[in-house]
Amino acid sequence: MSKGKRGDKNAVVPPAEFTSYYGRPVVKASPWEHDIPAYLFMGGVAAGSSLLAAGADLTDRPALRRTGRLGALVGLTLSMAALVRDLGRPERFLNMLRVVKVTSPMSVGTWILTAYGPFAGLAAAAELRGLLPRRVRDGIVGRLLGASGTPAGLVAAAFAPAVASYTAVLLSDTATPTWHEAHRQLPFVFVGSACAASGGLGMIGAPLSEAGPARRLAVGGALLELAVERRMEQSMGITAEPLHAGHAGQLMRASQVLTIAGAAGAALLGGRSRGAAVVSGAALMAGSACLRFGIFDAGQASARDPRYTVVPQRERLAARAARIVPTSDGRPPVGTAQEKR
Amino acid sequence: MSNSFYGPLDPAPDAGWRDDQPRKGFFTDTSVCIGCKACEVACKEWNAVPEDGLLMLGSSYDNSGSLGASTWRHVKFIEQPKSFGHQNAGMAGTAAGPAMTDVLNRTADSALLGDRTALGTDHSGLDLLGQPVPPARPAPVELGMPLSVLPGAADGAQRTEFRWLMESDVCKHCTHAACLDVCPTGALFRTEFGTVVVQDDICNGCGYCVPACPFGVIDRRVGEKGVTKNEGVAQKCTLCYDRIGDGLQPACAQACPTQSIQYGDVEELRERAQARVDTLHEQGVHDARLYGHDTHDGIGGLGAFFLLLDEPEVYGLPPDPVVTTRDLPEMWRKAGLAALTMLAGAVAVFGGRR
Amino acid sequence: MAECHPVGFQWVMEAKQRGAKVIHIDPRFTRTSALADQHVPIRVGSDIAFLGGVVNYILQNEKDFREYVVAYTNAATILREDFVDTEDLDGLFSGYDPETASYDGESWQYAGHDQQASPSDEDEAAAGEHNAGHELGGRGATLEHSVVQRDETLQHPRCVYQVLKRHYARYTPEMVEQVCGVPVDQFLAVCEAVTANSGRERTTAWVYSVGWTHHSTGVQYIRGSAIVQLLLGNMGRPGGGIMALRGHASIQGSTDIPTLFNLLPGYLPMPVAGEHDSLDGYVATISEPGMKGFWTEARSYAVSLLKAWYGDAAQPENDFCFDLLPKLTGDHGTYQTVMDQIDGKVEGYFLVGQNPAVGSAQAKMQRHGLAALKWLVVRDVNMIESATFWKDGPEIATGELRTEDIETEVFFLPAATHVEKAGSFTQTQRMVQWRHKAVDPPGDARPELDFYYELGVRLRERLAGSTDPKDRMLLDLTWDYRVDEHGDVDGESVLAEINGRFETGERAGQMLPGFTSMKDDGSTSGGCWIYSGIYKDGVNRSARRRPGQEQDWVAAEWGWAWPMDRRTLYNRASADPNGKPWSERKAYVWWDQELDEGAGRWTGHDVPDFEVSKPPSYRAPAGTGGPEGLAGDDPFIMQADGKGWLYAPSGLIDGPMPTHYEPHESPVSNPLYTVQASPTRQVIPRKDNLSNPSAGEPGDDVFPYVFTTYRLTEHHTAGGMSRWVPYLAELQPEMFCEVSPELAAERGLENLGWATITTSRTAIEARVLVTERVTPLHVGGKVVHQIGLPYHWGVGGDAYVSGDSANDLLGLTLDANVHIQESKVGSCDITAGRRPTGPALLRHVEGYRSRAGVTVETGNQQVRRVPGDLAHKSGDGA
Repeated sequence: MSKGKRGDKNAVVPPAEFTSYYGRPVVKASPWEHDIPAYLFMGGVAAGSSLLAAGADLTDRPALRRTGRLGALVGLTLSMAALVRDLGRPERFLNMLRVVKVTSPMSVGTWILTAYGPFAGLAAAAELRGLLPRRVRDGIVGRLLGASGTPAGLVAAAFAPAVASYTAVLLSDTATPTWHEAHRQLPFVFVGSACAASGGLGMIGAPLSEAGPARRLAVGGALLELAVERRMEQSMGITAEPLHAGHAGQLMRASQVLTIAGAAGAALLGGRSRGAAVVSGAALMAGSACLRFGIFDAGQASARDPRYTVVPQRERLAARAARIVPTSDGRPPVGTAQEKR
Repeated sequence: MSNSFYGPLDPAPDAGWRDDQPRKGFFTDTSVCIGCKACEVACKEWNAVPEDGLLMLGSSYDNSGSLGASTWRHVKFIEQPKSFGHQNAGMAGTAAGPAMTDVLNRTADSALLGDRTALGTDHSGLDLLGQPVPPARPAPVELGMPLSVLPGAADGAQRTEFRWLMESDVCKHCTHAACLDVCPTGALFRTEFGTVVVQDDICNGCGYCVPACPFGVIDRRVGEKGVTKNEGVAQKCTLCYDRIGDGLQPACAQACPTQSIQYGDVEELRERAQARVDTLHEQGVHDARLYGHDTHDGIGGLGAFFLLLDEPEVYGLPPDPVVTTRDLPEMWRKAGLAALTMLAGAVAVFGGRR
Repeated sequence: MAECHPVGFQWVMEAKQRGAKVIHIDPRFTRTSALADQHVPIRVGSDIAFLGGVVNYILQNEKDFREYVVAYTNAATILREDFVDTEDLDGLFSGYDPETASYDGESWQYAGHDQQASPSDEDEAAAGEHNAGHELGGRGATLEHSVVQRDETLQHPRCVYQVLKRHYARYTPEMVEQVCGVPVDQFLAVCEAVTANSGRERTTAWVYSVGWTHHSTGVQYIRGSAIVQLLLGNMGRPGGGIMALRGHASIQGSTDIPTLFNLLPGYLPMPVAGEHDSLDGYVATISEPGMKGFWTEARSYAVSLLKAWYGDAAQPENDFCFDLLPKLTGDHGTYQTVMDQIDGKVEGYFLVGQNPAVGSAQAKMQRHGLAALKWLVVRDVNMIESATFWKDGPEIATGELRTEDIETEVFFLPAATHVEKAGSFTQTQRMVQWRHKAVDPPGDARPELDFYYELGVRLRERLAGSTDPKDRMLLDLTWDYRVDEHGDVDGESVLAEINGRFETGERAGQMLPGFTSMKDDGSTSGGCWIYSGIYKDGVNRSARRRPGQEQDWVAAEWGWAWPMDRRTLYNRASADPNGKPWSERKAYVWWDQELDEGAGRWTGHDVPDFEVSKPPSYRAPAGTGGPEGLAGDDPFIMQADGKGWLYAPSGLIDGPMPTHYEPHESPVSNPLYTVQASPTRQVIPRKDNLSNPSAGEPGDDVFPYVFTTYRLTEHHTAGGMSRWVPYLAELQPEMFCEVSPELAAERGLENLGWATITTSRTAIEARVLVTERVTPLHVGGKVVHQIGLPYHWGVGGDAYVSGDSANDLLGLTLDANVHIQESKVGSCDITAGRRPTGPALLRHVEGYRSRAGVTVETGNQQVRRVPGDLAHKSGDGA
């Protein structure tokens, strides 16, 4: 019954008039808390690290390999912890393994992790072999462990990219306006972010002599993330607003600054000074984290404001009525919504 | 399988049911709803749904807020300056004060802050550290100075039409149900009646179905661990799966005194609904329209559809809902490409020199 | 109706589907208005002006159903010469005595042959008594003259038709707008709709609820619609009539077999000490020789009742134990009892399914009364506020009462709900419907019937062997009800006693087929004559449940309606004087000459409400009394003259015709008469029952707003059955007031904020619900703001939700006829913010009182300014 005018000075399009029921949400925000963006970040770090570790293993960069394998293990462990913690009934976590559903990104993700996890873990275990008492290390178990390091690492690396990119689908396959409207570019933004973060970790963990690939991965990832994120926002219509508004907006701006600075630092100084490398690496990791939290919060905010559900759908209807041929996904060119009252 | 993502189909056979039960659903005719809320109460009685908060919301007579884990039928109340067919509301010509709509919204809105289960596990009332932010006081009603004469009388402002719309909202039991599609445990399933039901003992409360629903219906039940029934588990209308199996009608339809809620075979209900709209149009209720009956919409048609008297969003319903999984194939393609890009990048960064 | 009777409203919706037009007249736009064809916002307390306006419209435009009016109403009857109307006495009828604020109805009577023979003083005194409504029970009032003068041309200046026309001549559409705030065009739309839908082919029904009865002129509200319906020929015909929506499932039943102090079962009046010391003396005041109608059989009904109660002990020699009946010594109504409690005259009190601490008007006095008792028994399904007032009532917070000072011993006895016991409901159509038990009551909860049966058993055990004559009252009772295997009393055995038996003769022991079989010689028994026949042939007819679609539209095989299973009373009126249906479309009951070998008989879709073999042409020999005295075209068989009364020559204390008076508390001056409020309203001037000044009195501007109280669908009365149920409590969790945007602006009220509403009794707080469903009204050039107050909440600790009670705001002023309180309208002030708590609340209210200069006298003189030459003219009347 209401006629809301929820303008926002950062709006990319002028605030459209729309009607709602007492300004209440049409769709529900996810019940997820900040474990989820943390999981997105950790998962990205783990994935990228596994790739770096594998490459380092093949190109004989032991320090980078160690950083990668351990980074993957830590990332994986933390992300799994976050994931389980966010369940309403954690004790039923294994129910996820009852079915395989291609229509459920969470189901697919569970299986990807199930495939990736053990190998990433095994590779890390091999890395930690050195800590074992000499007797065990030289024993059958120890030698097996050592031998399994490389193949396990390679298998993990094979699954790693999926770990980094499926999380984008996890968010997009919802009615949460900002997440769903981002579905065409979000996977690239996420893998970019994962590369930047894991590259950053590599720069922190490995000596300059070995960190070259990590630097290149970080810078490349940062550039990919920044570029595609811009494209993404342009294609989202008003559902991009929450990415600039409020708390989410702060995080997104912080992410950009950190990522650009980190990338620049990595490119220009990262190869010369270890200190600079550590600082830029940390900046890149922080930037990646901010991006995940920012996109998560923006989505939650977009779900709580009926404007972001109603206006785009109104635009769609208006476009259909105006016989504008919708684009493949049914979305008309961006424009302001008609007042429907 | 691919066509399971969009377009018309009969969900039960598509889900693998072989004995062809006619698809069951609701037709909710809001033009005869008297807002008695018997549906809300009967639903809770039968399904043992817990009480959902004792908050007054200041939004006409609606104190339930929205559908949620512990509100499976929700009667909405809309007061607006429009006419209901040829009804004479007795307001026309009476001098009017300032319009209250915006004020009502501000206050009704602010009443929703804080953790109200019916409104979803809502953290907008929490700051970054999860500390509750005190809900904002209702915005002051700036309606001018105290008056001795009727406000608006001076400038000749007059009330025009008035009507009070009521609608009993419920789970739509979509033809293409996003909640069911995204459920990673198989807790949500398609019944032989074409309806969508949660298996309480399977659901692990991942909460994925909550943001997936284009109507904001399903939610994860908030409550006291070990005390509240099905706490932490996704909950919603089952279309009384345990009743219709025995040939009974759902509790809400049984309790509805004016047949605003009609239960039956979806096919037959669609015809009934169309006939009702035609009648109303003849009677001069020109803004009567059906919502969710069209099998070619973004959901493939709703198992529980409605006769509305205004735009869907006025009732808090999405004007053009599309099941999110319709875009899933493209999402997977893009995700695959992104993964390959990453792999390629990784290979590239190790390219050649040391 | 949709608000408070949603299940019954389905039939209104069904009628609407079939093309019926639904008009809703209510101060607020409610859930009923939402689906009505027309909603008419009206000022509370102005309904008689509205109804009078409709009467005036009908008479001025000759829209009355003339044949019906002439034949079936008293329109043609001529009144005495000394009757003077309110038009001539500026708001008073003849016979008013300013000293006693009461009328001598003598001059209101019909003109008779022996007019010159004026009755003796004793008779006059007696006549005055007879006029007291609460003494009347359900019978039509007696008439001095069973033979009346009629002018069927309706031209005689003193015939009821002309008197009525003059009385309402000033109730024009413009006047209605000025009094009720209803714009002329809206009012005329109603008049046109109602008249266009009445006559031979069509009928209109009026439905009311306590919005009409809870006024100091409540009885006259109903009379108003009765006049409209009689003029339009809508009484005794299908689709017509006046339907009273009752407040509870079986309120009708509790007046038929009454919980009222002044009635015996079947509307027999309660005998009065001193006046009715013998059965004959008692019966004589109900029916007099020469009077027509079925009340002349009152002796049979009374004797059968005594036989049902006292069995073999009741014999002709001992007046059938008439002496054992309790006798009235005065007014023992609810409110008088409450005042007696406060004044220490009452020791014990039974509360059965009632929560006066929240649900009764002047709830503050109610609680003070409870606090002054020695013992209190509360039988309820929940621990209601009336059982906990002594520890958490509002007076504890203000310090007016201290728990340690309250000596009332409270016994709480958990009661079974309606689904936990078998029994009957009697609904508003007088239809008795049997209820079967669904589940056993939990814990110690017991059904009412078991409780009273057991109480009787124990009392009789205590008194066994007593020689004190007064104990015969209990010891001689027939107390032999059937008990089932669980030890529960079988309700059907009580129903059988109510139906009545043949006590002697060859049919001894058999059930009576109906009240016409009742005898006054002790050969029959029957607990309630109007219910006789409900157990005919030993079959519980109230348990019949044949679905509507399996029978005709009258659905005679669903339940049982008193009297004699008639679904529509006075249905003889559905046929014309010659016994033919007014129209085929509305055919209901008619005379069929073919039946009974050409002797003819009344027949039709319903049980004829007439002597079936009495032909339309029948005329009684002069002076014949009883049913035989009624002519073949006298359909209103319970009235002394067999006619529908457009004008009530007796039976009412406050006047023969409804007249608009302002409510006891009103910010509006009566636009019609100098007399502001009802001159016979029962005022209760007490320090604990102060009134706000009304328009014209000093301080009237301190309480400028009007409030009305009502129910919501989500709750039931004082909340005893809803505020303890989470599923209902959450639907309307907090006490609130409904105000228009304009009043909100005027008083700075915020939606969902708090408001304090103050009267000279007390102040309550409520959440604010600003809504355009409440419209300010233009009344007599000024704006009247009305405030809506649901009254479901109470202050206490046991319910899911609690809040201030709207009934605390109300004062006590009663209707003179039936002592009903004026709880639907009062004046008040409203301010933003929460009310003061503790002793500060008392100071807050005191502040208002002093500003308004409120004293015990304020508002309590029935006639403030005695109009001009009143003394002179009313002198003629006396």
